[in-house]
Amino acid sequence: MELKPIPTRDGFGEEITALGRVNQNIVVVSGDLEDATRAEYFKKEFPERFFNLGIAEQDVIGTAAGLSTQGFVVFATSFAVFLTNRAYDMIRLDICYNNCNVKVVCSHGGVTVGEDGASAQCLEDFAIMRVLPNMRVICPADVLEAKKATRAITNTPGPFYMRTSRAPLPIITKQEDPFVIGKANVLRKGKDVTVIACGAMVSEALSAAEKLFHEGISVKVVNMHTIKPIDIQAIVVSVKETGAIVTAEEHQMAGGLGSAVAEVVAEHAPAPMEIIGVKDSFGESGTPAQLQAHYGLKDVNIIEAVKKVIKRK
Amino acid sequence: MSVKPLDIVSLERQAVQIRHEILETLACAGSGHPGGSLSSVEIMLTLYGHQMSHKPSDPKWEGRDRLIISKGHVSPVVYVTLANFGYFPKEELKTFRKFGARLQGHVHTKVPGVEFSTGSLGHGLAFANGIALGARMRGKDFKVYCLLGDGEIQEGSVWEAAMTAAHYKLDHVCAIVDYNKVQENGPTNEIKNLEPLGQKWASFGWHVFEVNGHSIKDLVAAFDALKDIQGKPSVIIAHTVKGKGVSFMEGKSAWHGKAPNQEQLAQALKELSAGGGSASGGK
Repeated sequence: MELKPIPTRDGFGEEITALGRVNQNIVVVSGDLEDATRAEYFKKEFPERFFNLGIAEQDVIGTAAGLSTQGFVVFATSFAVFLTNRAYDMIRLDICYNNCNVKVVCSHGGVTVGEDGASAQCLEDFAIMRVLPNMRVICPADVLEAKKATRAITNTPGPFYMRTSRAPLPIITKQEDPFVIGKANVLRKGKDVTVIACGAMVSEALSAAEKLFHEGISVKVVNMHTIKPIDIQAIVVSVKETGAIVTAEEHQMAGGLGSAVAEVVAEHAPAPMEIIGVKDSFGESGTPAQLQAHYGLKDVNIIEAVKKVIKRK
Repeated sequence: MSVKPLDIVSLERQAVQIRHEILETLACAGSGHPGGSLSSVEIMLTLYGHQMSHKPSDPKWEGRDRLIISKGHVSPVVYVTLANFGYFPKEELKTFRKFGARLQGHVHTKVPGVEFSTGSLGHGLAFANGIALGARMRGKDFKVYCLLGDGEIQEGSVWEAAMTAAHYKLDHVCAIVDYNKVQENGPTNEIKNLEPLGQKWASFGWHVFEVNGHSIKDLVAAFDALKDIQGKPSVIIAHTVKGKGVSFMEGKSAWHGKAPNQEQLAQALKELSAGGGSASGGK
């Protein structure tokens, strides 16, 4: 039976609330978008451990860092674009330089945010978060994985950035799949090309692999839910097995998952590679599906890239 | 064992010595920030010598009052004060800004007694609020002090945090503005005027004290008075002189971030020994 698509932000909201019932040390700080990030699920049950600091992202991060010194696991939440861009200096200094136990969890990553347009869509977060020392970067592919990721970062000390989606994403992982920070999951075996994807692009990669299978091309699909630390071993093994890599992300081509994989490929396992992402452009208003099609973030684009990279083997 | 409050006369005497050591530390490093360090000597001494509960032998003691240095570039006065109170050997001041040393150019938590690594401005007050909120949730009653530079107040993040402290009635938060009225490139009132500074804080819901920031007696009186303030945060606007105690540094933006050479050091130490840097007051 096909499960109904659900936004990954719902997984975060539900899991943080469930964790809050057993872990009294969880505190959530919001920049007045708790309805949108789903942090309000937590707020409803634990108002005494929830702070809406208003529309003041710098303050959200600074206060979260201070709270963490009192032994709390602090979640700082807002839209991805507002926290990672507006409060970058606070994330860098307060959280990363001081190595605070703060988890920056942001909804509204990617173009699938939709009609609000470029000012609310975040296509830079992986790049600017993964460049920060001490920061680890996670992007779950579906609601089940979002829950597991929320649990994993709660239980792992130190700074994390996690991006969740506003758009409903199909459920493509299984309840029993492990979620280990920094360890990619192979969702489909294959021998001709490996597609390494994260977030919304993982289901597109699976769809592309299925279509290519019918054309006689065998595609391995890797869900790289942790962008930093990237799973070097999974990339090296994939190059050995398939000899070519395609990456796919709902992010600028520059600086994100594709760049992280390319760094590993260049250093450890040279192979032809194609990067799927937004090509140095801001988003615009439209439905998520229209935007994915316009910016080349669909299974057809992955199919095209796979065929291209095979020729370069 | 917690530090016992020192008497005001001995603190005043110590201020002269701290200014000496700040200048020697800067000269040895060949770089650093004398202006704001010299202007905040009495503030730091009053906090560590009179107001704060703290244990140099146990810098992480849970019950300590916290001091967040938001203007992280005044590491010379911070490190010299901490060394004077026994947080680490004074000998280590010679390693300030040197490769491999704990004494980083701007304050860093590697140094015993430093609560928060800063350097980029406008970060300290939100962090102080976070500590205070967390302490309240834990049922702890220590105070959280935050030393702000005046130029730093031009950062919008300071006012975001000012609103938060008032909204959450953080009466265990006390900000201290080292109001020396000079920033890196000139007088604050020419670059971006802060006045009316007291009214700004008051309108944000803070209880405001204005004092001569070079008078330990006045500072002690203000800190003592704020203990009675309930339901709102307090700010002490400490009127000071940038480069206080050294005639050629006083009020000069050129001495915001420059170390004295050997000749200048000798001249400055001579002036300090002759009575500069005492409680003779900012306006």
